[in-house]
Amino acid sequence: MEELYSRRYISYPDGFWDILEERRRTSDLSHALRTFNPQPYKGAPPCSSSELNRAVLESQFLRHVVKEVSAESGEPVEVVRDEASGLLEEMSQNLQLTFIRLLGFSLSKVFKRLFQKILINEEGLNRLQQAIPEHPVILMPNHRSYIDFLVLSYIMFTYDLPIPVIAAGIPLMSMKLIGEIFRRSGAFFIRRAIGDDKLYWALLSEYVRTIVRIGFAPVEFFVEGLRSRTLKSLPPKLGMMHMVLEPFLKGEVYDISLVPISISYDRVLEESLLAHELLGVPKPKETTRGLLKARKILEDDYGSMHVCFGEPLSVRGLAKGTVNRWQYNLVPRDLPAKPSEETLGFVSGVAHLVVRLQEKGMVLSPWSLIATVLLQNPLGMDLDALIQRTCWLRELVEGFGAVLHWTGQVPACEVVLSSLSRHHSVVRCEKGRVTLVEEAGASPATPEEGVFRRAAAVLMCASYRNQALHVFVRPALVATAITSPTVTDEDIFAHFQFLQDVFSNEFIFIPGTSHQDFEEGCSSLRKCGAVQVCDQQIRVTEEGKDTIFFLTAVLEPFIQTYQMVFRHLTNEPDQPFTERQYITGVRSSTLKRILSGDVQSFEALSSDVQKNVLSGLVRMGGVTKLKKGVRSEFRVDKTTIGRIADKLAGKMPPHLTIQSRL
Amino acid sequence: MASIGDGSERQRIAQQRLRVLAGHLRRLGAEERPGVAAQECRAGPRTRRENVPAAPQDIMKWNGWGYADSKFFFNKKGQGEFTGKRYRLSGLILPSLKDWFEGTFGANLQHKSPAVPSLNTSAVAPPSLNEAFVEELKSTGIPFSHDTEDRVFRAHGHCLHEIFSLRDGRVGRCPDMVVWPNCHNDVVKIVELACKHSVCLIPYGGGTSVSSALECPPEETRSIVSLDTSQMNRILWIDEKNLTAHVEAGIIGQDLERLLNESGYCTGHEPDSMEFSSLGGWVATRASGMKKNIYGNIEDLVVHIKMVTPRGVIEKSCQGPRMSTGPDIHHFILGSEGTLGVVTEVTLKIRPIPEYQKYGSVVFPNFQQGVACLREVAKQRCAPASIRLMDNEQFQFGHALKPQVSSIFTSFLDGLKKFYITKFKGFDPHHLCVATLLFEGDREKVLQHEKLVYDIAAKFGGLAAGEDNGQRGYMLTFVIAYLRDLGMEYYVIGESFETSVPWDRWVLDLCRNVKERIVRECKEKGVQFPPLSTCRVTQTYDAGACVYFYFAFNYRGLSDPVHVYEQVEHAAREEILANGGSLSHHHGVGKLRKEWMQETISSVGLGMLKSVKDYLDPNNIFGNRNLL
Repeated sequence: MEELYSRRYISYPDGFWDILEERRRTSDLSHALRTFNPQPYKGAPPCSSSELNRAVLESQFLRHVVKEVSAESGEPVEVVRDEASGLLEEMSQNLQLTFIRLLGFSLSKVFKRLFQKILINEEGLNRLQQAIPEHPVILMPNHRSYIDFLVLSYIMFTYDLPIPVIAAGIPLMSMKLIGEIFRRSGAFFIRRAIGDDKLYWALLSEYVRTIVRIGFAPVEFFVEGLRSRTLKSLPPKLGMMHMVLEPFLKGEVYDISLVPISISYDRVLEESLLAHELLGVPKPKETTRGLLKARKILEDDYGSMHVCFGEPLSVRGLAKGTVNRWQYNLVPRDLPAKPSEETLGFVSGVAHLVVRLQEKGMVLSPWSLIATVLLQNPLGMDLDALIQRTCWLRELVEGFGAVLHWTGQVPACEVVLSSLSRHHSVVRCEKGRVTLVEEAGASPATPEEGVFRRAAAVLMCASYRNQALHVFVRPALVATAITSPTVTDEDIFAHFQFLQDVFSNEFIFIPGTSHQDFEEGCSSLRKCGAVQVCDQQIRVTEEGKDTIFFLTAVLEPFIQTYQMVFRHLTNEPDQPFTERQYITGVRSSTLKRILSGDVQSFEALSSDVQKNVLSGLVRMGGVTKLKKGVRSEFRVDKTTIGRIADKLAGKMPPHLTIQSRL
Repeated sequence: MASIGDGSERQRIAQQRLRVLAGHLRRLGAEERPGVAAQECRAGPRTRRENVPAAPQDIMKWNGWGYADSKFFFNKKGQGEFTGKRYRLSGLILPSLKDWFEGTFGANLQHKSPAVPSLNTSAVAPPSLNEAFVEELKSTGIPFSHDTEDRVFRAHGHCLHEIFSLRDGRVGRCPDMVVWPNCHNDVVKIVELACKHSVCLIPYGGGTSVSSALECPPEETRSIVSLDTSQMNRILWIDEKNLTAHVEAGIIGQDLERLLNESGYCTGHEPDSMEFSSLGGWVATRASGMKKNIYGNIEDLVVHIKMVTPRGVIEKSCQGPRMSTGPDIHHFILGSEGTLGVVTEVTLKIRPIPEYQKYGSVVFPNFQQGVACLREVAKQRCAPASIRLMDNEQFQFGHALKPQVSSIFTSFLDGLKKFYITKFKGFDPHHLCVATLLFEGDREKVLQHEKLVYDIAAKFGGLAAGEDNGQRGYMLTFVIAYLRDLGMEYYVIGESFETSVPWDRWVLDLCRNVKERIVRECKEKGVQFPPLSTCRVTQTYDAGACVYFYFAFNYRGLSDPVHVYEQVEHAAREEILANGGSLSHHHGVGKLRKEWMQETISSVGLGMLKSVKDYLDPNNIFGNRNLL
């Protein structure tokens, strides 16, 4: 009773409530030792981890692949089978309740020190609770921090829900002790860059499918593939997505529930690492000692964290009318088969949808708004102006439908000041003026070093702006299309589509939904009064000019970077290059241009954006990817890049038909 | 011309065989039964009633399944009873039926939904006759009728919507007249006349269709003539050297078996509808018999087929057991569902009546184990004459039909059995399932075979559960259609449908997914009570199995229950197809499942069939619009 009461008491108006609150009042030990009796998926017979592994190894699918691999490599079948068994050993989880309890106990301690609050939406959790016994459940959180999955398992444990098995990257495993603890907490480990390793692919996919098929436990994986270094959603990876969907497509389970989970941080633990990685300083190898050193992190204030459990998606519902499951009728289900175009399209659509829903479930911190404002005023701002602009922005994003962690009663200046003080590593406020913090140390030896220091500060700030980017991107693309000098009214949508195409590695768009995206962008602009739509024409209103300017400015760094890379590639001598050569080349040429004042945005130095440009160009035919042994090489098609660059600059109508209107 | 066997030994076997058959199919001896005869076609004008002695509506229900004297009802004490004398259950009290019925469907004996007592003939549109056709037909002397009852009786099969409408007193488009050819030549004449006068012909055999195949297309503007084959019911000859029999296609299954039995033979073809369905119907729908493991399905049984089409008569010139003469023309006829012509005569393989027959049953702890056992039996190719696996719901259903036990001793034994299985062996009564078996052959081999099968079953946790349970399982097949009529008295509607599906996991997954889809669709469509959604595996093959679904629900609170039913069945069929099941194993396509034909056989395949139709019947005389 008391528990119920207290929950209601601390519940927040927007449906979130703090799970740490109770931890601060009652014993962590009894929390860790509580009776844990979750209701499993109804179809699931009890099954131990070793039985699971045996089922995988003995499956028809794996036996088939082992035979194939043996025939291809000339190794005897037994050797290949042993190899498979070893790989599975390396991969598999070994979920044990004792370790969950141990972890639960230590996490209670750690979380209480790190965070003021861990807020979760109870409604979402209730829905999850109802979904688990019905169908196999896939938990799909976004990935911003190493502690994402710890938090999720911790919540599941606290709420008496089955502990998920988690797809984790192999680097985690190589950390002594920690790797083992994670393994026993349900993590299984996947190698990076599996490439063409047929046996490994087969093992991994059969392992995942078996877990889903028998409902062993909820499967948790990061559809973005890796931790986002930019705090911006990453385009989804489709391999694992396909594996978890396959049991439904092949009729092995009636349905599967996908649960998008949005984890939002006021401040990310790894923030200082992020910018350095983007600038090309390699990421420290994950070691246990490294983790222990990170203890000083514990001294700092990381604000609140929001975990929003989205509405479970029925895969059956999503597949209805999209995938014809008859296609699986003609090939034995146990044999490896290449998925059809239709299936791949479906998998991609689902994956994008989940990422989009993750974005929608994000809770924005006021700091993201502040960072957005600051980036548009790189030389710093007066505190008053900053507060005013932030409040203006708050109204705008709330109008766009975003959820903000900004309770109404607290005065704006207090919110801004507390954000500024929490992020003292990024900004400083002195004498009423707010500026970005550059790395301390002796004054830079070279101008290049100075640029890098400045860039590190900008990128750190940009990461926090990126957390809010999904709110702006659609209206901003419309705004950019409207204001593009050569775009006529009829061409606005075409230009919007072109921009979406160019930036589809940068921002998340669900394939085939550009009409809806355009509608959404336009209606956001209309609602905030920035534009008026009459007679199929979109007009910027007088009072909307500021908003339009702001929105185009949000996209500006990206457009600049893309143009910068386009110019670099068209000026380079015509010869194939590797990705590494490309990054080095672009970095030095960007550095030059920044020093010469040719390029203003320091974000152009972000290797993330640079890589996105390359993938975008491959997609649009500006660059061809050549397979050469293990490594890929790229060759540039300068005319195509030139055309894309011109279009982006608004020098040419998006398509060549001449419009007589106007 | 070979004829009836006369040895006393054969007589004895025949009688034994008869008793065996009566085991699951007890019926009244009919007064006027066709005999084995190689008669010439009788011609000459006759008056209708004399000529059409077996007006089926006289002994059969006009708005439900089977014999008019056989039906389930709840007596004043609320106990279930089955009337008549034809079946093993007839005249018995079924004490647990009410509880099962009310518990399963949420039905209540107070809430009745009775049928209209008799057909209101004025509700039927008057026949639109093609006078010229009628005139010429009269001159041939072939009997015909445009009596309303005759027409209505041949206007439907046994789909739920058809029976539901009849119970409501609603009748749609009916044939405008019924004609009873007496032999092949009569059919040739009728088809010629139909072509000449542009009349639509719909062949009618036993009327047991469950695919809307007999429904008259409402858009048909020509006069529709129902061609009733029931008078073409003779065995024309039996060839004991080659073990074949040449039979007119209108013969009803049970008559065919009985007559052959008299000569010491059987076809062994026993579809569940064999009491009422006809040989021609089997050919036209690619029927499957319960004992196909020994005797084969209809396509394995036929040696020769004669069919009258608008283009002429199609048949082969010899009866060689196998030919390589291009695509087998029999396969254009088998499954043609009355769209190409009328099957008039068929030569079938026959077998001596088996010496010994034994039922059996095995209890499995769950459906998975049961399917695994059936799969193993199929793999070892040692399936008995029949092997079927009921799921748990159906097992409980079977128990609801247990008659009142006569002695304390039997009830004690039953209790002991139950105790042994559930308590001692630890079977969960809500998961266990039962396989029913039927062995046939000479005694020694049957006993050996039986041991082999039980040994395999034991490997999958199966426990032998006695002959009685097995026999009751097969009996269920024959009475289940009667049960639907009982349900319809109390707001419960339902139907069965079937599919065939490859082994491996498809069988299990398909069963689970289809059952779950049914439950969910019902909920979505507003059905207030959980439906009965149950399945069984009824046939095993080397590469797969035939699965049969029963689906029924309580429709109180629904304004258009039939529409809801049809939507759910449609969804279930989609689910079957998406899970690798076939459009039909033996019920056929009719009009009910036409929409999936193109995806099922590819548009080229469909085009192929259409071109055959176009050649044989360019004016669509056989206009029932099934299949294509």
